Amino acid sequence: MARKITIEPVTRVEGHGKVTIHLDDAHRVTQSRFHIVEFRGFERFVQGRPYWEAPVLVERLCGICPVSHHLAAAKAADVIVGLGLEGLSPTAEKMRRLMHYGQMFQSHALHFFHLCSPDLLFGADADPAIRNVIGVILRHRDLAVRAVLLRKFGQEVILATAGKKIHGTGAIPGGINKNLGPEERDALLRGPAPFNAETMIQWAAEAVEFFKDFHKKNRALVDGFAAFPSNHLSLVRKDGALDFYHGVLRAVDAEGRKVLDDVDYQTYLDHIGEEVRSWSYMKFPYLRRLGKADGWYRVGPLARLNTCDFIPTPLAQKEFEIFKDFTKGRPNNMSLHTHWARLIELLHSGEVIRDLLLDPDLQGTELVRKRKKRREGIGLVEAPRGTLFHHYQIDGHDQITMANLIVSTTNNNEPMNRAVDWVARNVLEGQTEITEGMLNRVEIAIRAYDPCLSCATHALGQMPLAVELYDAGGALLDRRSR
Amino acid sequence: MSKPVIATASLAGCFGCHMSILDIDERILDLVELVEFNKSPVDDIKTFTKPVDVGIIEGGCSNSENVEVLRAFRKNCKILISLGECAIMGGLPAMRNGIPVRECLEEAYHRCPTIDPFDPKIIPDDPDLPIILDRVYPLHEIVKIDAFLPGCPPSADLIWKALTSLLQGKPLVLPYALVKFD
Ligand code: SF4
Repeated sequence: MARKITIEPVTRVEGHGKVTIHLDDAHRVTQSRFHIVEFRGFERFVQGRPYWEAPVLVERLCGICPVSHHLAAAKAADVIVGLGLEGLSPTAEKMRRLMHYGQMFQSHALHFFHLCSPDLLFGADADPAIRNVIGVILRHRDLAVRAVLLRKFGQEVILATAGKKIHGTGAIPGGINKNLGPEERDALLRGPAPFNAETMIQWAAEAVEFFKDFHKKNRALVDGFAAFPSNHLSLVRKDGALDFYHGVLRAVDAEGRKVLDDVDYQTYLDHIGEEVRSWSYMKFPYLRRLGKADGWYRVGPLARLNTCDFIPTPLAQKEFEIFKDFTKGRPNNMSLHTHWARLIELLHSGEVIRDLLLDPDLQGTELVRKRKKRREGIGLVEAPRGTLFHHYQIDGHDQITMANLIVSTTNNNEPMNRAVDWVARNVLEGQTEITEGMLNRVEIAIRAYDPCLSCATHALGQMPLAVELYDAGGALLDRRSR
Repeated sequence: MSKPVIATASLAGCFGCHMSILDIDERILDLVELVEFNKSPVDDIKTFTKPVDVGIIEGGCSNSENVEVLRAFRKNCKILISLGECAIMGGLPAMRNGIPVRECLEEAYHRCPTIDPFDPKIIPDDPDLPIILDRVYPLHEIVKIDAFLPGCPPSADLIWKALTSLLQGKPLVLPYALVKFD
């Protein structure tokens, strides 16, 4: 008897998500889909608003990584106010960088400790009553304290640079609205232990060790789960270094051949296309050079470590070399290794934050620059979850006439679908009964790609998930929920 | 005495309000000792396993599913809180109120510059997708709401103050300095 399995909702962030899996008479998977079921209409309702509002409007699309939206929109606005891409004053550029790396730090800490660690600490099949952040707090208090403080540190960096922990206002077209006061700097740099940059770097390094240790003990799971070849896309610095704030576009294929290199992102339309499918509100991006069928790609921590040549801070670079050695220098296509890559980035962010705090440019007073106005601007950053595109056009009254966003989650749409399909074929196929542990494996696959999706759930409790089995006539056969 | 039970949901919100709950930082370690988070998923009626003392909702109602979740919350929660601008007034997503939904959809899926002009013109409309409402509704237009915590997002201190007052059965007196409407 043919069946349809529905997992709904997978999440409540950046749109509700839902999974449907169709099985035929012999319990073989005939179709699996990860749907995004929410639609906002931002592209339309932002029209008519002045362009300088964009950085504070658009961040309200995502409260998990608002700084990324804030900065991508601000970078587009920089172009509109006539600055070249490297035209900001050193103070403005470094303040924004500090804000961004603070965000990267808090988001990666949240993802690993609050969301992912329950699966590692308790196991995929553990009782869902404890397999969440509450369980971590109750049973692994030391780890929980670190989780809370690491995230708090990132949030305090954001507060000092953006004025608010969530939905700040620091970046404005052509620059920034404040510099960093010496007291703010010292509180982060030399605060009483453990709350200072050095301790945070040390804890981040220990988190990398924690994961490597887990990896050693669970090789089959970490290496095999939802592994599949793909292209990888990210920004890299001109010289090939890892950079989250600014750079050029680079894409490599599953073998490591460069598909795009040294691309100025103002020309992104020449390289990136999107496809609409009737069953999801989320579009499907692809690299034009490779076409719709083969051009899909991954973004995020794993993709970034696959595209960049090196990491420009010493501790993270050491870990990067170990990471690269594991795949003999070739691209890493193992979904769960995203966690490893994310922790290396956490460490890197900590090092960058400390180095920036030591930079006297942050106390500079040239905050804003402006030149001749343009009618169009494109801004890109590497958000915690991957490349984020913002594109605006304005009219002679400074009002937005066109907005196009490709958010990280959208870039990862096809990979998340592939990951779900992998679980469907390798875990659910052939099964007549669904267990809770199988459901969690679907989540684990999605969770590797998108902290937002799992934040929604693991941040406060657990992932709401219901699976329903229908027969071919649509009658409900079995239902399992938690 | 059993611990008070808390449940939360994000409807048409950005999750920033939930992040602000996390911004109570170290106090979260105390909170999990003081209360029990209802382990059932907030979006699924059948998973409410027991009556909830305090339900906290961020985001307004933008689609049919949001309304169902909200109603289920009202039914199962003694006290229901609208957390943040979106829940209270619709927030940023409500900027589409006054624009026909169709126009928003066409802008996103037909006129978007990354989409090939030769591609078939599709608007997602699968039975697996919920129906988008004509506009975004604040929660209190759909069910009775007992308390409103303003801000985008409300500050962690405000959330903490409100939660501890409610859990101790005290009236909700929110100091002016904590209430922000940005
Ligand atoms: S009120 Fe603000 S922070 Fe809260 S959900 Fe709405 S946009 Fe996000």
